[in-house]
Amino acid sequence: MLDISDLRVYFDVFEGEARVLDGISLHVGEGETVALVGETGCGKSVTIKTVLRILPMPPARIVSGHIVYKGQGLLAMPEEALHALRGREIAFIPQEPMSSLNPVFTVEEQFTELIRWQGRYRVGWLERLAKSFDGAGKRAARERALDLLEKMNIPDPVRVMRSYPVELSGGMSQRVLIAMALAGNPSLLIADEPGTALDVTTQEQILRLMKERVETERLAVLYITHNLGVAREMTERIYVMYAGHIVEEAPTAELFRLPRHPYTQGLIASIPKLTGEEVVGIEGRIPDYVDPPSGCRFHPRCEHVMAVCREIKPELVPIGPGHRVACHLYTSAPAGP
Amino acid sequence: MRYRDYLIRRLLYTIPALIGLSMLIFAIARVMPGDPARLALGPEASEEQVAKLRKELGLDLPIHIQYVHYMRGVFQGKLGVSLYTNRDVIVDLKEYFPATFELVTVAMLLAVAVGVPLGILSAMRKDRWEDHSTRVFALSGVSMPRFWIGILFQLVLAYHLGLLPVTGRMAADLPAPARITGLYLVDSLLAGDFVALKSSLLHIIMPAVTLSLSPIAQLMRVVRASMIEQMRKGYILTARANGMPENLLVYKYMLKNAFIAALTIIGLLYGFFLGGAFVVETVFSWPGMARYGVRAFIYKDFNAIIGVVLVIAVAYAVINILVDIAYGLLDPRIRLGAEAREA
Repeated sequence: MLDISDLRVYFDVFEGEARVLDGISLHVGEGETVALVGETGCGKSVTIKTVLRILPMPPARIVSGHIVYKGQGLLAMPEEALHALRGREIAFIPQEPMSSLNPVFTVEEQFTELIRWQGRYRVGWLERLAKSFDGAGKRAARERALDLLEKMNIPDPVRVMRSYPVELSGGMSQRVLIAMALAGNPSLLIADEPGTALDVTTQEQILRLMKERVETERLAVLYITHNLGVAREMTERIYVMYAGHIVEEAPTAELFRLPRHPYTQGLIASIPKLTGEEVVGIEGRIPDYVDPPSGCRFHPRCEHVMAVCREIKPELVPIGPGHRVACHLYTSAPAGP
Repeated sequence: MRYRDYLIRRLLYTIPALIGLSMLIFAIARVMPGDPARLALGPEASEEQVAKLRKELGLDLPIHIQYVHYMRGVFQGKLGVSLYTNRDVIVDLKEYFPATFELVTVAMLLAVAVGVPLGILSAMRKDRWEDHSTRVFALSGVSMPRFWIGILFQLVLAYHLGLLPVTGRMAADLPAPARITGLYLVDSLLAGDFVALKSSLLHIIMPAVTLSLSPIAQLMRVVRASMIEQMRKGYILTARANGMPENLLVYKYMLKNAFIAALTIIGLLYGFFLGGAFVVETVFSWPGMARYGVRAFIYKDFNAIIGVVLVIAVAYAVINILVDIAYGLLDPRIRLGAEAREA
């Protein structure tokens, strides 16, 4: 349903050209839940902002690649046509609940107006004036909003509708945002780590609710997260991203059973466990994008680094059913670590 | 409720501020060099005549006693006699203040009507020719001296093209409209006198436009900056990604946030021009308060000085409270007394 191929997005920054996305390809099938996992700063958010076409350009610049949704190329699509897809086909759940609702309007105003005008690129003021007398339409939009809020287990939806965003807790705002994303009955949901800004129990509740809604509505989801545990709970398939490259792709169970890429192995090892085993982190940090390491961008942090890693960028190669990895350990030497 | 209490408290706070100001300006008006009695009577008057006038004016009393006398008058609606017009200052102010208020109000309305849309335009078309040309306009609006622009308008629009009257508030052969508010535009409208309305409209165009140029420029820059800031906000990106129509997003969801910053500028400029429209009033022979005030300073007409300063201070305070009320209406974070969260 969603196909991203060879996407390159560069940023023009003071130091030069930051190659933040350097040939990303990924695929989300109908009704499939897919995670894009990686550390903060690896380019996940840039990827989805490019898909949604809300990336500020400049400084960003799309250098190459295609994004195809249900047969339509999104990158070349005019804004007017894009608006027909936004919310109704592809919807977005942001990461920061506290700053993602407009602070100077009530939930009711922003929610019902979204319901009433979604999909349109512009609305004439005459038309708006005419609709403002349409009591039935208003009530219908209000009912729909209340219904969506209720489905997000919001205890007092009428009060929430009357509230301004500052009067709501982070968890409540996040629920409102998910409800708003579902308002247009989209087929694909793009979620940017919802709940990360919240405390763990609230996040857990919200993720469970979201999962429930996704299952009942049979939505496809592209889920962005830095948390492998969340990805495991929420999705069927995982892409692991490192510094603007996809380094491994596998069905979720397979990835946890047999992680191949040293970076994936490191990520899994760094998940804190309740059994109290020592957590092993990955040394070093995400590299500089203006002057990235040559060859494999992970090589300065890799325990298994070989001479070839410094020279040649590894390609994604199949290594099992649905499992692909971009690492020279599996191309030059057949034996795994 | 808490917000209303806050506004009432704000209103009460202005009272001690005004009393303090009245003391200050009272003292300054008296320690300024020059003897008002001597200035009023001229160099020909004898010492005895001057001493007699000083006694009449109470200038021979200690300053705190003078202040008490003055304040007693204020509470009876008297601001003391002007040495220049020989009328109570309050009578003068009633005549001159509405003219200034009318001029400044029209200029500020113009500034908002032009500056805000231009600011939005240059933000939306950032770094394109629309943005660059409004930037040039803004720069010239701020930097060109107002008296020069005023004279230029008079020369071109009035003298060469004959489109507009050169000076004054209304054609000399027309009677002033029956006084209700003192604002000619409003009074002539209320009286249904469309000849007078047209004449006063034509007269106010040039001075109001001249006065509005720099506020237009400042408003434009502020609106541009805050609209650009809004474009990057999470709530705007989220609303766009979920299909909120683009023009609603800009003219409603961004603008309401951006306008809060513009409001500060509007309030400040309004207050500033009430006391500072002197140059424009002089160029266009506008019978306003600024001209009256300057004349008062030159002749050391101390009652008039205090009166003018107090009127400006009260107007400033009132405008500030109105701006506060408008803040509350626009921004629930202020109204709810909640800490403004970083959005």
